[in-house]
Amino acid sequence: MIRSRKAIPGIAAPAATDLAVLLPLDTQRARGPEPMMVSRWLADLPPWTPLALLALIVAWPLTAYAQQYTYGRAFDALYRWIPFIVLHGFLFNVLISFFAMVIGTALGALLGLGQISHSKMIARTSWFITQLFRNSPWLVLLFIVMLAFPFELDIGKTIIPVPDWTKAVFGLSLPIMANIAEIVRGAINSVPTAQWEASEALAFTRRQTLWRIILPQVIKRMIPPWMNWYAILTMATPLCSILGVQEIVNLSRQAIEAENNHPELLVPFYSFILLIFFAYCYPIARWTIRLERRFMVRL
Amino acid sequence: MAETTAKSTWDPSQPMIMLRGVHKSFGALEVLKGISFNVMKGEVVCIIGPSGSGKSTLIRCINALTPIDSGSIKVEGQEVHDPKVDKLALRRKVGMVFQQYNLFPHKTALENVMMAPVLVLKQPKAEVEARARKLIAKVRLEGKEDSYPGELSGGQQQRVAIARSLCMNPDIMLFDEVTAALDPETVKEVLFTIRELAEEGMTCVLVTHEMGFAREVANEIYFTDRGVIVEHGPPATFFTEASDPRTREFLSQIL
Repeated sequence: MIRSRKAIPGIAAPAATDLAVLLPLDTQRARGPEPMMVSRWLADLPPWTPLALLALIVAWPLTAYAQQYTYGRAFDALYRWIPFIVLHGFLFNVLISFFAMVIGTALGALLGLGQISHSKMIARTSWFITQLFRNSPWLVLLFIVMLAFPFELDIGKTIIPVPDWTKAVFGLSLPIMANIAEIVRGAINSVPTAQWEASEALAFTRRQTLWRIILPQVIKRMIPPWMNWYAILTMATPLCSILGVQEIVNLSRQAIEAENNHPELLVPFYSFILLIFFAYCYPIARWTIRLERRFMVRL
Repeated sequence: MAETTAKSTWDPSQPMIMLRGVHKSFGALEVLKGISFNVMKGEVVCIIGPSGSGKSTLIRCINALTPIDSGSIKVEGQEVHDPKVDKLALRRKVGMVFQQYNLFPHKTALENVMMAPVLVLKQPKAEVEARARKLIAKVRLEGKEDSYPGELSGGQQQRVAIARSLCMNPDIMLFDEVTAALDPETVKEVLFTIRELAEEGMTCVLVTHEMGFAREVANEIYFTDRGVIVEHGPPATFFTEASDPRTREFLSQIL
């Protein structure tokens, strides 16, 4: 790393003065881990990114292998499949992300509140569950849910089939739950304890304080990181393809197979998937960052 | 049930607040080393002393915001630090105002004042609103009902905080260095409000650095240092006849 030639007074050498010294502050370093990295990166991309990507894809054939099956035909195939891929594939990804977000948010809110509970047992358990799911690989969680859960439910005489995608929804909602729990816990802890004291002194119960005083103050601040996790979740939905859910990646693969598996198809099809995810997540990221700036002003 | 029995054993001729040998430590640091005093109904008591002498801790013990280690605190005859005591019932009787105002920033001045009576006492909204408006007028903030705390000056916020406490119709008001964060001009506004309250016969316990004010309104002044009450007396004699060297040193620095 960087080694300074001169000893730094007060750190590596005796201080030159006993007065308080304001050290130069490296704000880039001082920032610490960035919880909204994904949205910030995404939102910082220029809006013409998809065009550049598209240009790259179109330019690809120039360097590619000259075979009989040309890129023109590959793109023709893509155009034919686009409605199917989007309507049956991508919309399903959106649906999965939507349900996983709803479940993850509901469970995460409970878990976050559980972590600040005065009951040691509830607080410890919530903390443990949060850490467990926050720090586990998503794909592993998905596999566990997929394989551990039955494919149908036997309730008396009626048999309810459990489709794979509902299990995928649940599997994806677990890491979301844990991360939302951290957002909720962090937001609540960001309120000065004086607010708790003031409402305590006015004979509010803990529950009243939480719902009437604390949460209304931080609910807005929780929205940007929450949206950040939605973008991450949406981009993680193709993980379900490995488990056989008929979402965009799986359908594209099937489309490629239907077009006789020409290797020229790979770049157009997968680039198209990339583009459509970008088109969906980019506005969300821009919006997230805008909201973050707006809600920050109040502090 | 506990409340009714406590009420029946207390009558206004007895001290409203009674502290006996109160001890409190934060870790190894002993902040209160056996504090005892009485506050009668309608009395105004000022607690003065150097920073870190345990004044704020003391006042926070009275409405059970801070638990004590040993000793006894009775409010209207009811032991505050009995684990079975209904803390919420106690806090309905004891209002508290803080140094940093601690208004709820997401509510307007009027809503701040109305919240506790509506949500805690379950009083009808219209009735509470009428009372809240009267109280806001009383602290001379007419026209600021719909302002958010962020739009008010420190002195105005502190007066809203006083109105907020008063709207619960408390028997006792605790003031924890309520003017310490204000500039000298706005200090006057707040002290004026407190003096009015005192003159109306509200039982008040104030932690304060405003010696002039203490001299004017207090019935009894307590000087605390390092967790003990060094000296106390009515203002007429306290400032002139203080005998303990610590008190004299403190007064000479302040006055």
